[in-house]
Amino acid sequence: MSAPKSKSKSKTRKPAKASNRDPKQLLHYYHEMLLIRRFEEKAGQLYGMGLIAGFCHLYIGQEAVVVGMQAAIDEGDQVITGYRDHGHMLALGMEARGVMAELTGRETGYSRGKGGSMHMFSTEKNFYGGHGIVGAQVSLGTGLAFANAYRQNDRVSLAYFGDGAANQGQVYESFNMAKLWNLPVIYVIENNHYAMGTSIERASSEIHLHKRGLSFGIPGFEVDGMDVLAVREAGDMAVKHARSGKGPIILEMKTYRYRGHSMSDPAKYRTRDEVNEVRAKSDPIEQLKALILKAGFADEAALKAMDKQVRAVVNDASDFAQDSPEPDVSELMTDILA
Amino acid sequence: MAIEILMPALSPTMEEGTLSKWLVAEGDVIRSGDILAEIETDKATMEIESVDEGVMGKILVPSGSENVLVNKVIAILLEEGDDADTEMETKPEPKPEPTPAPEPEANAPAAELTPIAVATARTPPETDIPAGTEMIATSIRDALRDAMAEEMRRDDDVFLMGEEVAQYQGAYKVSRDMLEEFGARRVIDTPITEHGFAGLGVGAAFAGLRPIVEFMTFNFAMQAMDHIINSAAKTRYMSGGQMACPIVFRGPNGAASRVGAQHSQDYAPWYGHVPGLIVLAPYDAADAKGLLKSAIRNPNPVVFLEHELMYGEVFDVPAVDDWLVPIGKALVRRTGTDATITAHSRMVGFSLAAAEILANEGISVEVIDLRTIRPLDCDTILTSVRKTNRLVTVEESWGRMGIGAEIAAMVTEQAFDDLDAPPKRVHQVEAPLAYAANLEALAMPIPQRIAQAVRDVCYV
Repeated sequence: MSAPKSKSKSKTRKPAKASNRDPKQLLHYYHEMLLIRRFEEKAGQLYGMGLIAGFCHLYIGQEAVVVGMQAAIDEGDQVITGYRDHGHMLALGMEARGVMAELTGRETGYSRGKGGSMHMFSTEKNFYGGHGIVGAQVSLGTGLAFANAYRQNDRVSLAYFGDGAANQGQVYESFNMAKLWNLPVIYVIENNHYAMGTSIERASSEIHLHKRGLSFGIPGFEVDGMDVLAVREAGDMAVKHARSGKGPIILEMKTYRYRGHSMSDPAKYRTRDEVNEVRAKSDPIEQLKALILKAGFADEAALKAMDKQVRAVVNDASDFAQDSPEPDVSELMTDILA
Repeated sequence: MAIEILMPALSPTMEEGTLSKWLVAEGDVIRSGDILAEIETDKATMEIESVDEGVMGKILVPSGSENVLVNKVIAILLEEGDDADTEMETKPEPKPEPTPAPEPEANAPAAELTPIAVATARTPPETDIPAGTEMIATSIRDALRDAMAEEMRRDDDVFLMGEEVAQYQGAYKVSRDMLEEFGARRVIDTPITEHGFAGLGVGAAFAGLRPIVEFMTFNFAMQAMDHIINSAAKTRYMSGGQMACPIVFRGPNGAASRVGAQHSQDYAPWYGHVPGLIVLAPYDAADAKGLLKSAIRNPNPVVFLEHELMYGEVFDVPAVDDWLVPIGKALVRRTGTDATITAHSRMVGFSLAAAEILANEGISVEVIDLRTIRPLDCDTILTSVRKTNRLVTVEESWGRMGIGAEIAAMVTEQAFDDLDAPPKRVHQVEAPLAYAANLEALAMPIPQRIAQAVRDVCYV
């Protein structure tokens, strides 16, 4: 799809027909979403067993966003996000073992047990965290884009943030500079409708978050974030826009998290029916599964086998994490200064 | 009546300036709003407008005059009916405004509280500099600029960003001529958006660049503190050593002159509290240059605290190719045997002045310039205290939970048996800084109060 004609026009992007797609690609998206779902289910389990502590924000329900966007970027492009970050890391190809080991605070974790759920990084995969302060990643991600522009290296950065972060002041400071200097950054707003327990209607005077860049001259689009193909297509458009030197762009992904804000959130601010309805009607994995089956790209048995394989990867990660030692006590005072 | 035109104060820190050029001549008719002259202050070249109307009677200070004191009569404007000759002859040269003396403390003799001149031109200690090195008199402002320019010539990843750093040449002229040399790619004017551009700088540092982020003053950096601490200082640790954040946050810090509470604050203890940060606060130009160069090359986030009132002060800087001062090393600025004073930034000069007062009384004081606030050079302090057995700490910030509190605690823990008196802290009083001249002067450390603290720990 080509770049937008009207900046102010809100647009829900619809996917092309599945039959036009490469079956391998669709099965890959399915696999990635399934991996995130199963991984997060396991993380929830381990949290319940006391093996994961502190804050733990699960990504279940939002899988199509990172999987679709990941498909749109190239190697060397950078990704940064907030604290709901497990899905982003798995989509980037970081090892489930290393992520789970970090969640459990083990020396084999990505941050050697010193970061935890919200603070993981991979310089190899160009993942810049993993940030616990709401909105901080927006300025930081704009800085990654600044570095790309400074080096004229043709790379773009993806800065993910939620509907809650969208009300932080530094987001707009960043929008201003990003457009002023035409930095190659894609702002991906994961609008899951709840900033912790506060619905977007109760927190935002303008709930169409893709319009938030308009006064800075940043085009924005609303995307069905439960549809991995719609995300992929919007991602392609946005990456092309940013990489071609046109500056920043905003994609508002309409998505939904099934679990609470974090593991300790009973989610009393919404009804069980609301969650069930989203699950039943627009679950990203089920939607893609239906497409794959309908197009005949795979049968039930093949998808079941894939699920089994994914579960094995997740169980292996869980075992690996539990078998790994905690960091050596000497780690307490390392990595403070270079 | 003729109207006296006085040399105006055009910045909070201006005490004198250069009358670059008169734009009117004697005999010219002056209307209100006409531009009379160009004046170069410590911060910028500015035009002065006439408030009054009349005829320019006499120009008393010619174009090109340097070091013209604020409030000196520079010209006489004649109003209708004035006779030029009489007006000129009868006007005596006004006496300079007396410097307001601080109110005496209840138990201190008034004579001791008269401000004394603090010598500014000082030779850097020989320990740092090879014998016979040529020295160049340099202002701190230029020393900082030279440090940045040298490092930017050396490494393309180094760039400067901040408010007014490029086209305006720096709010304090620190980045003068840098835009011309390095271009807009590397000398970048930002919007007034500290939180955002600090975060952007940290992100660029995560990606491997080496940003120098200038805050117009560190007072404004409070808006950026989340990124300085949560993003810059902690990420190396939180990533298990994977990530680095080579960035310098620099700008003026500490109390300026008559700018009120929100613009007068020493942040050394704030940042000095944070593991993962390096905090530097140089006193003279040689350290300003050498430490800033070291900071830019350092792989860690560095908070570099300059002093707003010292940019124009001139010191010798060694004329060597690559003048680097090591981070983490304090400097004994004056050796002594009876008491140790620790200080940083502008308070080093005040402490040296106090040592001078005390020398006349037969008290020999050792003055330690901390230079690096974090990591603190405990060894140099302890070695000194073990010799003098007495400690006075000096800082511009508030005393509670301050640098002095930390040093006193450290010395008490590690050299308790060497102390002959409890340590004493000299610092700003525990109140926001007042605007009124007398209250401002009462609030801040001055050499006389530092000297009194030394007498106290010496029990004299």
